[in-house]
Amino acid sequence: MRAKVYVTPKAGVLDPAGKAIERSLHSLGFGEVRGVRLGKYLEIEMEGDPANAAVRLDEMCRQLLANGVIEDYRFETGE
Amino acid sequence: MRWGVVTFPGSLDDSDAVYALQQVLGEQVAALWHKDRTLKGADCVVLPGGFSYGDYLRPGAIARFSPVMESIVRFAAEGGLVIGLCNGFQILCEAGLLPGALIRNRGLAFHCSMALLRVEETDTAFTRGCVRGEVLTLPIKHGDGCYVADAVVLQQLEDNRQVILRYVDGAGRVTDEANPNGSLRGIAGIVNVTRNVFGMMPHAEYACEKLLGSEDGARLFRSIKATVTEGLPVQSASVPPGL
Repeated sequence: MRAKVYVTPKAGVLDPAGKAIERSLHSLGFGEVRGVRLGKYLEIEMEGDPANAAVRLDEMCRQLLANGVIEDYRFETGE
Repeated sequence: MRWGVVTFPGSLDDSDAVYALQQVLGEQVAALWHKDRTLKGADCVVLPGGFSYGDYLRPGAIARFSPVMESIVRFAAEGGLVIGLCNGFQILCEAGLLPGALIRNRGLAFHCSMALLRVEETDTAFTRGCVRGEVLTLPIKHGDGCYVADAVVLQQLEDNRQVILRYVDGAGRVTDEANPNGSLRGIAGIVNVTRNVFGMMPHAEYACEKLLGSEDGARLFRSIKATVTEGLPVQSASVPPGL
């Protein structure tokens, strides 16, 4: 089973890299861009009971993959 | 007294911390490897700067799970003195020994320069040899030094007088220009509630002899030494425990 985990900066937390990307897009002519937030995307290969996967993934995110002070996370489990 | 300096894979400033303590200050130092489960009788543990475990995922995120950190978390819970410098500060935040987090510098650039730091509190094991409000000169070198915490935590830090160092200008004022990385409220160093764990982004270990441009860092190490050898109180009398 493959899980997809998305870790993103919390609303209100500074994201200077996202800001720099936003400015670059503006300077390339993409004036419609109203904000960029840069996060992380992880693909995790897992075995075991898919019914249990969400609980395990949530644990992984809380313990290591995301820092709850500055980041939010969400995940999807595929086939 | 005996110091313990931790080396993680990717630590950079561990040997400089050992050098400053041993060669410059004449202290006894035990080298602690990240796989060690004992702290070798250290009275104060130093978490050095660098890029532990490559800073993968987030600075300090993986170092936090090393075997030596389990012992350090226990040591800190029992009141042991722990100081984290730069990456060491990031590790202490990731480990939950200090509140808040350190994120990418506001301007994205890696900063390597001398900084001015105002000493906010002197009733700590780490700054008792300083004068409240004085300005120290210490080097900084980091890419992820922007201290952030939510409004509630920031207020608790102020109420408990846990902010120990702030970036200031030549006149000792906290200003936006004097802030090298965007840290909220100019915060450069904090202690935990029980005041035995201290994290700071500047490098005290690189400021222990005149040749390197400042000896102000040595004053922090000497404060720790006085605390241990003279058995001075770590917890401030004016802050009730557990607050």
